[in-house]
Amino acid sequence: MKIVVCIKQVPDTKGGVKFNPDGTLDRGAMLAIMNPDDKAGLEAALRLKDEYGAEVTVVTMGLPKAEEVLREAMAMGADKGILVTDRVLGGADTWATSTTIAGALRNLEYDLIITGRQAIDGDTAQVGPQISEHLDIPVISYAQNIKIEGDSVIVERQYEDRYHVVKAKMPCLITALSELNEPRYMTPGGIFDAYQKEITVWGRADLKDVDDSNLGLKGSPTKIAKASDKVRKGAGEKVVLDPDESVSYIVDKLKVKHVI
Amino acid sequence: MNLEEYKGVYVFAQQVDNEISSIAFELLGKAKDLAKDLSTDVTAVLLGSGVKELADKLAEYGADKVIVVDDPELKVYRTEPYAHALASVINKYKPEIVLVGATAIGRDLGPRVSARVATGLTADCTVLEIGDFPLQPIPGQEQKHNQLLMTRPAFGGNTIATIACPDNRPQMATVRAGVMQKIEPIKGAKAVVEEYNPGFTPDNKYVEILDVVKAVTDTVDIMDAKILVSGGRGVGSPENFKILEDLAAVLGGTVSCSRAVVDSGWKPKDLQVGQTGKTVRPNVYFAIGISGAIQHVAGMEESDIIIAINKDADAPIFDVADYGIVGDLNKIVPKLTESLKAEIAAK
Repeated sequence: MKIVVCIKQVPDTKGGVKFNPDGTLDRGAMLAIMNPDDKAGLEAALRLKDEYGAEVTVVTMGLPKAEEVLREAMAMGADKGILVTDRVLGGADTWATSTTIAGALRNLEYDLIITGRQAIDGDTAQVGPQISEHLDIPVISYAQNIKIEGDSVIVERQYEDRYHVVKAKMPCLITALSELNEPRYMTPGGIFDAYQKEITVWGRADLKDVDDSNLGLKGSPTKIAKASDKVRKGAGEKVVLDPDESVSYIVDKLKVKHVI
Repeated sequence: MNLEEYKGVYVFAQQVDNEISSIAFELLGKAKDLAKDLSTDVTAVLLGSGVKELADKLAEYGADKVIVVDDPELKVYRTEPYAHALASVINKYKPEIVLVGATAIGRDLGPRVSARVATGLTADCTVLEIGDFPLQPIPGQEQKHNQLLMTRPAFGGNTIATIACPDNRPQMATVRAGVMQKIEPIKGAKAVVEEYNPGFTPDNKYVEILDVVKAVTDTVDIMDAKILVSGGRGVGSPENFKILEDLAAVLGGTVSCSRAVVDSGWKPKDLQVGQTGKTVRPNVYFAIGISGAIQHVAGMEESDIIIAINKDADAPIFDVADYGIVGDLNKIVPKLTESLKAEIAAK
């Protein structure tokens, strides 16, 4: 079985956020980690590899430094790493990102593609389903329990108040939740091996069946009109009262605001 | 693409078990505002099996027109038949705006459909308005009017971005539950109902649903709750969350918690508010015994009203609270519950 896991290097939002003058993110200026949902997707792939035997390829799109997350993934147990990087791909929205990754994946054989549900920088949850659309394969979003049965995959698909047990023929794309599992650590041997392995680097010319008009900032249908640090809300009232007065105070406020 | 051909504000009217989801009414409320600014009308797109009679309900909440795709393939939500149905409606009717709820269904359907009809999609919007793009005229660049400007938080709530989709149609957005206001329903309102079936040809993309398992316990997603009673380490013990549960019960709210509570094993992860948990924006957020670390605040500061109870007068939670009470939660919370019970009973 061949599994491709799409991972993303994301800014650790705890370190603060910086922008380029055009309103896009200045990723180079922030600390970077492997996106948590993607790491859960990788772990799910590695468990399928442990159980059924599989070749796991990790693919990322980003700046050259995104190689770091591929090395990390290989140190955890992924077999191959592919970095898709090119200046013309920069500033992509979810549409242009998904056309790029789909263009890369068309070069690969796969039974299963796993992406994280969403990345902590954009939180959109769009790229996984959009890749599946470009590749014309089924998608199962918000996956929890992944099993293989013959040529099909059986997954628990989460909704707000229920889950569906869904069976899909492979090839198929699954988006993983970070709640899916506890990702394994890199092993010292794994780290050593990861740095011995070659990473494949692909640019624009390596993308298959993608038109230039669908790539990068220019190929992005959505445009940023304005981006800013959020204005924090100021403090309201603070009172020190005895318990009974405190209760009346809160009840009054709830009445004024028509909560009760 | 001739952008002028695209007219009208469309709402994906999500239904589950043939019951319209609240988000559909909220989107209709917003769609009405947008349609007014654009001098156009509001259309609800209702997909399902045996759902036609739900159309009147959508009319009551503001739909001028309802397009119904009624087919057995749409009985239970599956990505492909729903994406096919919605994309077919878009291709046939050419709306200028399509709004979808940012639910577990909408966040799957929206991206798949936007990719199929080759347009942009902005996720989890909190503000939608009609305006110009670019916002200010830029020499040498056409300024387009009557664009949908979509505002959303990003980076764990650290930033906020306004996004437009000037060159593609429809302009698509998903919107979080609880953000937009429904209108007061207009009893007896009728919409023009149009039935349309694009035809369904099952293939590999039509996945098979082997089982539907409904959660029997605590079914409320804290992201959907209107009132959250949230506890932190200051609550003291898992047992003591009982006083928060009692308060939540009186107000029809839900209990949530801080990361410290999850890390201590007192509450499950799905109740956690904050950067590594969920982002919530209820009408009322009670922060009880929560100090208010920045990661927590990032997940709840959009709440309409924040009420904090903490014995530490210097706790940072008071910097974001609308109403802060310095005091002992063990004394205040049970009394508050009793007092609210009496108030509500008196009504």
